[in-house]
Amino acid sequence: MNRMLIRGARVVFPHLGLDRCADVLFEAGQVLALDPEAGRCQDAEVVDGRGHWLIPGLTDLAVRVREPGQSHKADIRSEATAALLNGITRIVCPPDTAPPVDSTAVVELILRRAREARGAQLHLVGALTRGLGEEALSEMGALRAAGCVGVGLVGRSLNNNYVLRRALQYAASLDLTVYLQPCDAPLAAGGVAHEGKVSTLQGLPGIPELAETLALARDLMLIEDTGVRAHLGRLSCARSVAMVIEAKRRGLRVSCDVAMPNVFLNENDVLPFRAAARLDPPLRTAADRDALREGLRSGAIDCLCSDHQPHDPDAGLAPFPAVEPGASGLDSFLGLGLKLIEEGVLDLPTWLERAALAPRRVLGLPMPGLEAGAAPDFVLFDPDAQAPLLRERMHSRGRNTPFANWMLSGSVRLAAIADRIYLRS
Amino acid sequence: MNRSLQLDPQGRLRHLLTLEGLPRALLLELLDTAESMRHVALRGNKKLPVLRGRTVLNLFFEASTRTRTTFQLAAERLSADVINLDVAASSTSKGESLLDTLATLEAMHCDMFVVRHPDSGAAHFIAEHSAPQVAVLNAGDGRHAHPTQALLDAYTIRRHKPDFASLRVAIVGDVLHSRVARSELLAFGILGVGEIRVIGPKTLVPDVLEDFGVRIYTDMDAGLQDVDVVIMLRLQRERMRGALLPSESEYFRRYGLSAQRLTRAKPDCIVMHPGPMNRGVEIASEVADGPQSVILEQVSNGLAIRMAVMSHILGPAREDAA
Amino acid sequence: MLEELLPRWVDATRRSLAERNISAPRLIGVHSGGVWLAEHLRQALGLSEAIGTLDISFYRDDFTRVGIHPTVRPSRIPWDVEGRHLVLVDDVLYTGRTIRAALNEIFDYGRPASVLLSVLISRNGRELPIEAAAVGLHVELGPDEQIKLRGPEPLHLERIRRP
Repeated sequence: MNRMLIRGARVVFPHLGLDRCADVLFEAGQVLALDPEAGRCQDAEVVDGRGHWLIPGLTDLAVRVREPGQSHKADIRSEATAALLNGITRIVCPPDTAPPVDSTAVVELILRRAREARGAQLHLVGALTRGLGEEALSEMGALRAAGCVGVGLVGRSLNNNYVLRRALQYAASLDLTVYLQPCDAPLAAGGVAHEGKVSTLQGLPGIPELAETLALARDLMLIEDTGVRAHLGRLSCARSVAMVIEAKRRGLRVSCDVAMPNVFLNENDVLPFRAAARLDPPLRTAADRDALREGLRSGAIDCLCSDHQPHDPDAGLAPFPAVEPGASGLDSFLGLGLKLIEEGVLDLPTWLERAALAPRRVLGLPMPGLEAGAAPDFVLFDPDAQAPLLRERMHSRGRNTPFANWMLSGSVRLAAIADRIYLRS
Repeated sequence: MNRSLQLDPQGRLRHLLTLEGLPRALLLELLDTAESMRHVALRGNKKLPVLRGRTVLNLFFEASTRTRTTFQLAAERLSADVINLDVAASSTSKGESLLDTLATLEAMHCDMFVVRHPDSGAAHFIAEHSAPQVAVLNAGDGRHAHPTQALLDAYTIRRHKPDFASLRVAIVGDVLHSRVARSELLAFGILGVGEIRVIGPKTLVPDVLEDFGVRIYTDMDAGLQDVDVVIMLRLQRERMRGALLPSESEYFRRYGLSAQRLTRAKPDCIVMHPGPMNRGVEIASEVADGPQSVILEQVSNGLAIRMAVMSHILGPAREDAA
Repeated sequence: MLEELLPRWVDATRRSLAERNISAPRLIGVHSGGVWLAEHLRQALGLSEAIGTLDISFYRDDFTRVGIHPTVRPSRIPWDVEGRHLVLVDDVLYTGRTIRAALNEIFDYGRPASVLLSVLISRNGRELPIEAAAVGLHVELGPDEQIKLRGPEPLHLERIRRP
């Protein structure tokens, strides 16, 4: 087994109190030493880490891999690989594959493909209800035993409060984390953009903020009632952040995340009819974007995710209302994170907390370590290397992004997770 | 962005997708040209040679015999050749993508597509994805825009009341779903209409319109007070997803234009409607057929405006003398 | 200069009409200069019928120059063209394209018995085989020179050298 020595990098692991120049000796499957003695390094392959940062691998809580069911858009191999090449060592896949993740057979298929891909570590959220429907609970115990990190819903909420309450109670009794995305289906139905100035001007059916806040209010009350541990994903407006702050103050066990596009863009980015800005949740007002930034800074919002939704090219080649929503986010997750630091929204430790550490807490995973014997879970990158985000250079099979041609920093040199090592030649 | 897509460097229209971003002088020029076109329709030879040798394709993804016929007639009066493609009945309904439809149409070497489509933004999409020499004229895209309708309405108003700045104009009805209303609000803003009012229930009139300098009224009687122009919008049944209104009869009681209600406006107020009308729903027959109605005139003005727009976009290049 | 030129032009037109034995012609002026002149001619000839006016915008070819005022004015011919003797009036005859367009437009209104072209000034530079029967003044201009009739008050001629 080849040993590798990363020499001279700035090692930033805030949870270990580390932010200094250090060498790391490791091999596939285990860290050998931080600050190793010269003697141990003799046969190691040296990676020059000067001018680079070594950080815990980024963890992305919302990554659609499109397999099974939509392999014309992307697949587990392509997306797990793309994640790793972009410095993301762990990805969380939501349950809305086709068929959905409501049977152990689907869980086993996905996890096996992910193992074969030897890319980022894939964590799977199982379906909360059978078929992600309104009527019956899923076999949550079996899903967890097969390897799911939790259960949940994505995209639209359940309409039936009775069923949702029972599902949350059941999950709580199994001590399972429930992953929810608050969005009231009837209020959002037919909408393709944030209901506001831009949608009115352009004649686009709107998704009102109320669709999210009303569902969120309902979800929070049920979370309180059932005592379940819950993670609320893809919040998009200031009001939602305020509601989560209040819920945490009341002692609810909730965490939440926001998607990168909502942190940078707003409804004006839709004008006049930009297909790349067709997103769900939609881009809301500039004030909402600012509130999400403040929430990330203060910690009211626990995690940043990419909300990766890769699409085939045809999906975006239609008039705006007919475009399939969602952006491919793996290739910009690191770069946009650095941009938040550059713009003074977050400092480095806070960004790492939001994009690497807090997501692991939500998943119930241990924090990555650098002591001898620890499982490798880190990324080495050059923070100063700048390049425009070009569609044809993206690693994901999905090239649909509103950040095309943005100048982004961060060039990944090496990524290591468990027994996989990616080294850019 | 609309300005650079629609206008060439000399400030001439290469597409007409929306009135947004267009200068006042251009709108006035189109109204003036329509006046000339109207006179042509009154003489023996109703044709002009402006578009001789050009081909205009009517690309209607939404059924509309009325509007399509007007565009066809306008093109023919300008001596253009016209092709009608009712796509609803043809390949697109079999699942062919819009892009593929456009690609096959390129082989016909048309000069202009007149497009009507149920999706907002469709005309922009077609303009962006068609061959560069094809001009796109938006005949209505989803809820977004219907620029020639707004122009013909502005032209009609000007024929009766030439001073826009002194006018109070009220638009009544389903503004939420109306591309006509959106284009009219833009047109009246650009032309400097004194006061623009929108009248309707909250379910059909978005609050955010106030940010665009419009006064919103939920009470029809108050809204019509001393108004110079009333524009009644059709209650678009096919666009409503239920729960927006209880019934047509209640709508007529609260927002219908009856002869009685009309007396609240100025005595010489003109009554307009983009058509087709739902008699007894948004407008009483006696008002639609009454002395203050200019609804039929709107139709003939529509022909003149469309001729004006087409000749502006496709006619010979302008060259000003030194 | 115009005070001397106008009567000379009116006389030339009168002579041309007499040569053809036309006593009650109808006048049509091409916007804008031709319209002012046609009205002047109507009064000078003592004709009672109103003049017709032509805006040739929709009949131009790509090489026709628009007049000083590029705004569109409707063409108006308030009587029947069919079988009538017409006098077509314009200020400057240059390439001939404006007159070609004007003739096309007149024929879309009907078929006149004859059309007599009367222009205040005829200058060098024909691009089409068109000549006027009545001319107030012939001028030779250099390649970068232009002559224009300005008005309506006061009506005057302007000779311009393009920079």
